[in-house]
Amino acid sequence: MARAFTPKVVTANDLLDGDVIYQTADDRWSRVLSEAELITDEAHAQLRLLDASRQAARVVGAYLADARPGPNGPEPVHFREDFRRTGPSNYAHGKQETSPQPRI
Amino acid sequence: MYRYSEFDTAFLAERNAQFRAQVERRIDGSLTEDEFKPLRLMNGLYLQLHAYMLRVAIPYGTLNAAQMRQLALLAEKWDKGYGHFTTRQNIQYNWPKLRDVPDMLDALAEVGLHAIQTSGNTIRNVTADHFAGAAADEVADPRPYAELLRQWSTDHPEFQFMPRKFKIAITGSANDRAVIKAHDIGLQLVVRDGVLGARVIVGGGLGRTPMIGQELSPFVAFDDLLAYLEATVSVWNQIGRRDNKYKARIKITVFEHGIEAIRARVNERFVKVRGRFKGADMALLDEIKGHFAPPSWRTSSLAPFEAAYAKDPVFRSWVDTNIAAHKQADHAIVTISLKAHGATPGDATAEQMRVMADLAERYGYDELRISHEQNVILPHVHKSDLPAIHAELAANGLGTANIGLISDIIACPGMDYCALATARSIPVAQEIATRFEELKLEHEIGALKIKISGCINACGHHHVGHIGILGLDRAGVENYQITLGGDATETAAIGERTGPGFAYDQIVPAVERIVETYLDQRRDREESFIETYRRVGMAPFKAALYPEARADAA
Repeated sequence: MARAFTPKVVTANDLLDGDVIYQTADDRWSRVLSEAELITDEAHAQLRLLDASRQAARVVGAYLADARPGPNGPEPVHFREDFRRTGPSNYAHGKQETSPQPRI
Repeated sequence: MYRYSEFDTAFLAERNAQFRAQVERRIDGSLTEDEFKPLRLMNGLYLQLHAYMLRVAIPYGTLNAAQMRQLALLAEKWDKGYGHFTTRQNIQYNWPKLRDVPDMLDALAEVGLHAIQTSGNTIRNVTADHFAGAAADEVADPRPYAELLRQWSTDHPEFQFMPRKFKIAITGSANDRAVIKAHDIGLQLVVRDGVLGARVIVGGGLGRTPMIGQELSPFVAFDDLLAYLEATVSVWNQIGRRDNKYKARIKITVFEHGIEAIRARVNERFVKVRGRFKGADMALLDEIKGHFAPPSWRTSSLAPFEAAYAKDPVFRSWVDTNIAAHKQADHAIVTISLKAHGATPGDATAEQMRVMADLAERYGYDELRISHEQNVILPHVHKSDLPAIHAELAANGLGTANIGLISDIIACPGMDYCALATARSIPVAQEIATRFEELKLEHEIGALKIKISGCINACGHHHVGHIGILGLDRAGVENYQITLGGDATETAAIGERTGPGFAYDQIVPAVERIVETYLDQRRDREESFIETYRRVGMAPFKAALYPEARADAA
């Protein structure tokens, strides 16, 4: 039997600076995981991933990452996604440097 | 120090102009990522976890002061003020922006540096003994030959699309500091009947199937060596497995066919290609040798050194730990530790790079080296200058006296940066170093090499660490396997796994138990960790690591 679908977000890296970005429900790319669209339907997830993959001039390597609902929006399931949304642990670089700004 | 010819300069300028146009075409949408990725990788540009990463080759680990200053400039102007020196004598910038990379490459070209073939299925940066040209124990400086190999392998038409990447290391000394037995090809310079040549080791490598290289030939004279290497790589290029990337490296080819069969094929191929090498390579090597002529050694009284050594215990400790024997008795090789306790192994700030460049220019005949152990070396220093050098290093966070000790840890970037990683390695290294600094046990423990990788690909050389640590993802949490008894030298050995892995918060206590066991088991202070391990074996360490297993068995 196929495994039950678990909630996902569409994530990628920004083409120009490589930063981790997330697709929002209103078709923006946000630098903040909690603003991402949490997708609970498998067919919708595939469509959203296709939408993302078509934006080759803006994003690189879009994929579906497991996420779960949290009080302020989606939260990571796996520790790799936790590092991606936070940045490295040895310096306060990347997303830890400045308060992340949502992008239009 | 090799100086670029007009050909080198023109080649690099053309290559950089091509890449600049490729970046523009990627940004304006005319190239897809699938089309662009192999192009950027050929120029050392990766996309990692949080950002792009530019990997710049430091050929055979040699830099001059101007080059080091340019590396500092890149760190400051286009990155976040630091660079990360790697286990393959490269430097990595963790935060470049795609648009800036062509400018970074042009800036590197100004000082004869590049990022070509620091990625992709090509012959990668040729690494060398970091004491090359200075070590008291070498038969010859391996760097002229390494430079010849760089020129031969760069853009070599036959070797641009190989089954997998290919790494060559070279040493001029029987005491192997270049880990030649863990490379696809390892070369050790040897002299036979007055003729300089190399012993050729093949099929070593770490990663998911660690193997110690085997001797392909005990001696190939220099004038045949390039043809012999071309034959070797070409045999593998033809029969190496392209069906499975995990079985594509030459170590698997050698393992599957056997060393005798590989030797026979190489010899057969060698006969065919030998005629194509008509001596132009040897003429070039002669010219290159001129670039690496030793400096005219200065002489001076050793009195200032001896006085400082007698009266200053901090200086004495640093000299005893960080200084190696130079071929000139009144000179020394200084290893500058990039492993201050609690710092990221291999990282240097732009300011620190400039300090090291200044020291090299002022006291070190304008020479610097980068080691695969992620430290920086001043290969030629007159001993009378050591007190001044130490003072300057100490004032800039570079005076740590820990070379070869427990806090001189090799660590890959791990999941803090690397897209392939399965766990973090940098914080593990930081915490081990900090813990043993608190215990003030480091010098008591003595020679001990800890090497940490954040995934099975083993960039952190964990298999050949006396204590190796491998970070894995076990059911969605970080888990660390330990190996003991690895050896990266001429007596190379793959470490043996202790047993089940340890959680992130248990790995430092586990290392502590291993070290306590060593201190308990050793005959005396003279017996190093690895010697004790070889004498007593795994059992006492296992008992200390897994007391519950012992209790169950009882």
